[in-house]
Amino acid sequence: MRYFSVLRILGAVALTAVPALASGGGGEIADPAHGWDVLWEHVLIDLFAIGAVFAVAAAYWLIKYKADSPTAVGTGPTLSRAQMFGWALIPAFIFMADDFYLAANGWTLWNTYRTVPKDALEVKVTASMWQWNFEYDNGATSDVLKVPAGRPVVLRMTSEDVVHSFFLPKHRVKEDVMPGRVTYLWFYPKEAGKTYVTCTEFCGAQHAEMSADVEELPAAEFNSWLASAGTPAAPAATGAQPDAAPGGAL
Amino acid sequence: MKEWIFTTDHKRVGILYLVGSMAAFAVAGIMALLIRAEQFNPGLGVASEPTQYNTWLYFHGAAMILGFLIPGLTGFAANYLIPLMIGAKDVAFPRLNALSLWLFWMGIVVALLTFVIPDAPDIMWTGYPPYSIKTSGNTAFYVFTVHLIGFSSILGAVNFLTTIIYMRAPGMGWMQMNVFVWSLFTGLIVQLIFVPVLAAAVTLLLFDKYLGTHFFDAAAGGDVLLYQNLFWFYSHPAVYVIFLPAMGLLFEIISTNTKNRPFNYNALVVGMCGLVLITGEVWVHHLYTSGMPDWIRIGQMLTTLMISVPVGVMVMSLWGTLYKGAISFNTGMYYGAACLFLLLLGGLTGIPLAMTALDLHLAETSFIHAHFHFIMGIFAAFVVFGSVFFYFPKMTGRMYNEALGKLSFWLNFIGVNVTFWPLFIIGVKYGMPRRYYDYARIPEATPYHHVATYGAIMVALGITLMLVNWIYSAIKGPKAVENPWRSASLEWTHAASPPPHGNFAAPVTVSSDWTPYNYK
Repeated sequence: MRYFSVLRILGAVALTAVPALASGGGGEIADPAHGWDVLWEHVLIDLFAIGAVFAVAAAYWLIKYKADSPTAVGTGPTLSRAQMFGWALIPAFIFMADDFYLAANGWTLWNTYRTVPKDALEVKVTASMWQWNFEYDNGATSDVLKVPAGRPVVLRMTSEDVVHSFFLPKHRVKEDVMPGRVTYLWFYPKEAGKTYVTCTEFCGAQHAEMSADVEELPAAEFNSWLASAGTPAAPAATGAQPDAAPGGAL
Repeated sequence: MKEWIFTTDHKRVGILYLVGSMAAFAVAGIMALLIRAEQFNPGLGVASEPTQYNTWLYFHGAAMILGFLIPGLTGFAANYLIPLMIGAKDVAFPRLNALSLWLFWMGIVVALLTFVIPDAPDIMWTGYPPYSIKTSGNTAFYVFTVHLIGFSSILGAVNFLTTIIYMRAPGMGWMQMNVFVWSLFTGLIVQLIFVPVLAAAVTLLLFDKYLGTHFFDAAAGGDVLLYQNLFWFYSHPAVYVIFLPAMGLLFEIISTNTKNRPFNYNALVVGMCGLVLITGEVWVHHLYTSGMPDWIRIGQMLTTLMISVPVGVMVMSLWGTLYKGAISFNTGMYYGAACLFLLLLGGLTGIPLAMTALDLHLAETSFIHAHFHFIMGIFAAFVVFGSVFFYFPKMTGRMYNEALGKLSFWLNFIGVNVTFWPLFIIGVKYGMPRRYYDYARIPEATPYHHVATYGAIMVALGITLMLVNWIYSAIKGPKAVENPWRSASLEWTHAASPPPHGNFAAPVTVSSDWTPYNYK
């Protein structure tokens, strides 16, 4: 039982010592991409610290304990029962504490990634071999994803044929797109710019070419484009079910 | 010839597994070179059309995992070493063992037919539907390969579990077994539980494509994600079917060459068993971006991170074994020592991938590609290569060329690092996706791909020299002394090199204070 209480303390320390490490960069809306960069740096430091300790130990011992005669025998310690437990449990608890530290931060950032801000612009995405199609609330459609800078964008995505994956490297986010389900992701284009979306789930011959431009336009420019591109026609149905529900009836 | 084909001797079966898995490795390695050549520059290069490139990717992945890594460890190493290490005359079911081998070879032949049939499979080693159902590529050959090698694996697992449980030399307790025997025992439990799930998944694929069922067809009430869940429910554990025996074999090499008993042996055994317990609860980390419910992605982030606990215990044992050792550096130990660094590199880069939020950027990029190559591909391959050098005098009675062995080691070790470090970098920096023949959107990645390709050429050279060394030395090498590494394990102390049919001149018994690591 003692082990569990130690574990609980370590877990609690890990969870409380690192508040909001990955909550993003100030302002009203937390940008998950920024949170990603911050968390990535912390994880890298963590990994380099562990890696350096073990790499140096291995290199040092490999050099230091080179056999000095062809008949030499190792003189490694014989462990007592207490030492056996100690050498297993203490490292295990250290690794576990690090796991909790990472998990706590990873979960915080995950919540940022999956909680769509209230005033986000919604765009429907339909993937097919091998193109992306974007549809806006007013019925406008486009093969270029145009979004207003300074406003979060949420994509509701489905596929007409096989599994694809919508990847925005600039915004450090991706989510698979498949027939029978609607998946979502959101991102925050803070400033006007240009980037691209590319497919990261193997989908056949032209998988590598399944890419589309993303134009992050100044809000006024976006609004005038949207108004001019809008059509009175009813939005086309995607024929898919909501997220996490299985496909249509037999 | 005939006595090799119809052999039931576990050592010959083991060597035939080695030949088959090295053949798979060689062809899959040529695919790797073609892939690297294609990625040398953006745009279509050496491939005549994208589907040809996709076929190379398919064959490289499927053959390396199903044809080389798993059979190399659970076929070659297990067959050759287990009966010798536990002091048995052969495996429990020698004829079943021969059947395993035959099924494996048939699997290799069916896989090789990829290059002669029209419409070769182009579905990656994962075979995700609906693409694998819609494609004009021949998905059936993929399914048959998996069936044949899967049956071979299941029979092998039954055979070796029985052998380890019932055929140990009189007096040999569980905690006196070689680490490799323990690692195989745990690895094969995983294999026995999970391979049938893969067989089921690909069979449903076959039904959907050729018999018109709708298991994975969303429009008819099926579910696309069902396959991915079944596939990874097997394929994550499959990583441990590779990792555990590789780890065990590494302990044999390191322990013998440091002349130290594996540090904290008891904890090591508990760590291996712990990995078996956790292996079935982490598969969703392969589906972090697949549209699975949020709660399970978070739950399995925690279980995935927890892998570091049993593996950490094993790592402590591995490092502790070096402490106060008397280390001799032969080619086998070169590979063993390199594996320590590969383990760090591959293991630690798995940590950001375990974190669901970080995976949203890293998944399906060349970062993950480099990660699993280091931890699964290269780590395990280096263990197999190191073990072939290490057991070369045992298997052939002859000695390999040490200088050539070390030269080829350095080419391989430097080569793999030159190949995969650039891929880590462009995965994070540019989000370079996997499985792309063209990367017109990321021209800045081109120099990195150049470096990676040069690294691959280095490895090709290293492997060629290694194979030349093996083949030449097996025929013409100088006679080896009986126990060149001064091992205390039964295969070296009680059996001739190479051991005759039946292994031991007299039945082996061991005393209660015997261990395979009592170095003198």
